[in-house]
Amino acid sequence: MLRQTTAVTAINIKSIPQRWALSAVIVIGLAGVVAVFTALLAMAVGFEKTLTATGRTDTAFILRGGSQSELNSGIGRDEANLIKLAPGIKVGADGQPNASAEANVIAELVRQGDKNSGANITVRGVEAKAFELRPNLKIVDGRKFTPGMRELIVGRGVVRQFQGANLGDTVRMRGSDWKVVGVFESGDAHDSEFWADFEVVATTFQRRGYSSVTAELDGPGGLKTLSDALKADPRLSVDVQTEQEYYSGQTKQFRATIAGMAGFITVIMALGAIFAALNTMYAAVAARGKEIATLRAIGFRGLPVVASVLIEALVLAVIGGALGALIAYLLFNNFSVSTLGQNFTQVVFSFKVTPALVIRGLIIALVIGMIGGLFPAIRAARLPVTTALREQ
Amino acid sequence: MTRTRFIIANLFRKKTRTILTLLSVIMAFLLFGLLQSVNHIFNAGADFVGATRLFTQARVSFTAPLPLSMEPKIEAVPGVTRVTHWQWFGGVDPKTNGPMFVFAVDPVRYHDVYPEWVMPDDQWKAFANTRTSAIAGKQIAEQYGWKVGDKIPISSNIFPQKDGSKAWAFDLVGIYDGKDEDWKRRTNAVLINYDYYNEANAFGKDRANFFISKLADTNQAEQISKTIDAMFENSPDETKTQTEKDSNLSFIKQVGDIGMIVKWILFAVFFTLLLVVGNTMAQSVRERIPELAVLKTLGFSDGSVLGFVLAEAGILCLTGGLLGMLAATALGAFMEKMSGGQFQIHPHWTVWLIGGIAIVLMTIATGLLPALRARRLKIVDALAGH
Repeated sequence: MLRQTTAVTAINIKSIPQRWALSAVIVIGLAGVVAVFTALLAMAVGFEKTLTATGRTDTAFILRGGSQSELNSGIGRDEANLIKLAPGIKVGADGQPNASAEANVIAELVRQGDKNSGANITVRGVEAKAFELRPNLKIVDGRKFTPGMRELIVGRGVVRQFQGANLGDTVRMRGSDWKVVGVFESGDAHDSEFWADFEVVATTFQRRGYSSVTAELDGPGGLKTLSDALKADPRLSVDVQTEQEYYSGQTKQFRATIAGMAGFITVIMALGAIFAALNTMYAAVAARGKEIATLRAIGFRGLPVVASVLIEALVLAVIGGALGALIAYLLFNNFSVSTLGQNFTQVVFSFKVTPALVIRGLIIALVIGMIGGLFPAIRAARLPVTTALREQ
Repeated sequence: MTRTRFIIANLFRKKTRTILTLLSVIMAFLLFGLLQSVNHIFNAGADFVGATRLFTQARVSFTAPLPLSMEPKIEAVPGVTRVTHWQWFGGVDPKTNGPMFVFAVDPVRYHDVYPEWVMPDDQWKAFANTRTSAIAGKQIAEQYGWKVGDKIPISSNIFPQKDGSKAWAFDLVGIYDGKDEDWKRRTNAVLINYDYYNEANAFGKDRANFFISKLADTNQAEQISKTIDAMFENSPDETKTQTEKDSNLSFIKQVGDIGMIVKWILFAVFFTLLLVVGNTMAQSVRERIPELAVLKTLGFSDGSVLGFVLAEAGILCLTGGLLGMLAATALGAFMEKMSGGQFQIHPHWTVWLIGGIAIVLMTIATGLLPALRARRLKIVDALAGH
């Protein structure tokens, strides 16, 4: 039985090159499905990776109660001082708490290759300790801004995706000119931001307070100590979480949207590909009707014939799936794009084609190949030997 | 047997193959119709809004609200007939926490600037004269089952009231509809009375995200935009004024490079489809070479044989294309209704136009090579080759 299967399958697969044009339909159809599926999900994965890489697990991120994002949050100066002095926050070498209260305001820049549609960019007004709290943020060009001056440093992602934010450029915000004096890289969501001195941002944007407070915790129990202390204070109404949690929490909606879209598009394309695969395999079986009948006449059984057709479909499906994944990888891996994040500002991120995605793509290809091969295989095995032999 | 019936008979020569090919074409055009609709939204925006209105926002970002004191200044610009202010409320459905389109507007001014919304006069009056009033678009009212006279609960994810609560409630005094099909499909928002919002909200008094100006003459749009922006230059509240269409488009484009990704998907779908249908056609011609030779022997010209094959491809593409586009239209309308008009995926007539062009191009791309092959057949070779 096994020998029969192997023998028939070998004949089939060796004859694929002769029927190349027909087999190409399966390969190309599946390459299309898998490429689209992989590329879409690579976008979701890339977005998620950028945000989950943002923030540390040992820093706390404090927002006004119930505000969910920095955009909707507001913390007064007095409140921020109370928060910084709370227990659970690590005290630095200078005797001051390791915390930075920050204002998150929005500016508009024009996307590369666009004419005048502005996209929202986060401008983060930070205090001195902000850099110490984000050790992965490195100035790669120019220098840091000088406190008290209208100077900006800009994330690498912003430079790449938007116009007018290069080193030395002037950005106009609320009636005043800001000079871009440095470019930084952090490999996370901050790459999509401008940073400037808090006091200058607050004056220019007429902000009376902050959007959030980021603070380094003094140990594993720090978050609970801090959270309990802030909750117990009747003067405050705030939400406390780790910085990492805050940024990871923002990926849910985007992931759900993209996954929904990918699912929908993949199902429709997959149906199209199944019909195409059925077509191809029916034609392949029909073209070899005589050959199959001959095999049956000399004693080969039905099952090996079914198996051989099925295996042929699966082999073509895997080739197509792998080709599709390769196309998605070559075209889209590390492809940089930006979209609207939870804060209503742009988040710059890159597509990531991961091995897990490729495997999922291949599984989809195999399922389609299986469906596309099964019915023609059954027809092949059921074909009455005498009729098939008589056929022209 | 007429020529048409001959072609149809040929198509059903291999029923399974024809039906399977047709189904793949339908699937491809279903996807094409839906994706092209999304693409259309990103590239063209709502072109029916025209250029009779200008949107003025803060130059730094529309999220930074402008002071209401600017409104009379803008209204005094020659060529501007009426101005309304417009504030984003950050509306959220208190039950599901899902977003809702809610804007605070001045009822009287808004009615003057937007004559496209249709509502009985007494409801417009009630909107202006009830302190806690709100009006809802027909789509969103149907989605939530609201009736005039209801107290509708809406939360804001931005604005707390003076007591710190973000749960608001409004008296629904009217339900508006659009003046035509395009406007009817945009009745997905709730408009609340600005004065009440302004008085009850705990911070950011007397400010609005946008000033919307109605113009006497559309041709002046560019010059009036410049005049408005020049008035506020070098102040902390510098402005950026665009036509309504451009402003809408910028807002949609915030979502990012989705338009480009949609284009790539369209390309992949189409390329795949082209190969599938092309291959089926080629296969069907290959199998029928002796038959085609017989036809020629009987006296059919090279041209008519080419026509037969091309017509077969045309019928496959046309039937599949039309059914696919119809399915896309039905599915799009259904999704639009389910989302209360938030997800505008109903294929626009231009999408149908592009679909039509795609059908023609596909017929040529998939049918021409096999048809040419059929035309070039030499009777003797074809009969002998069998």
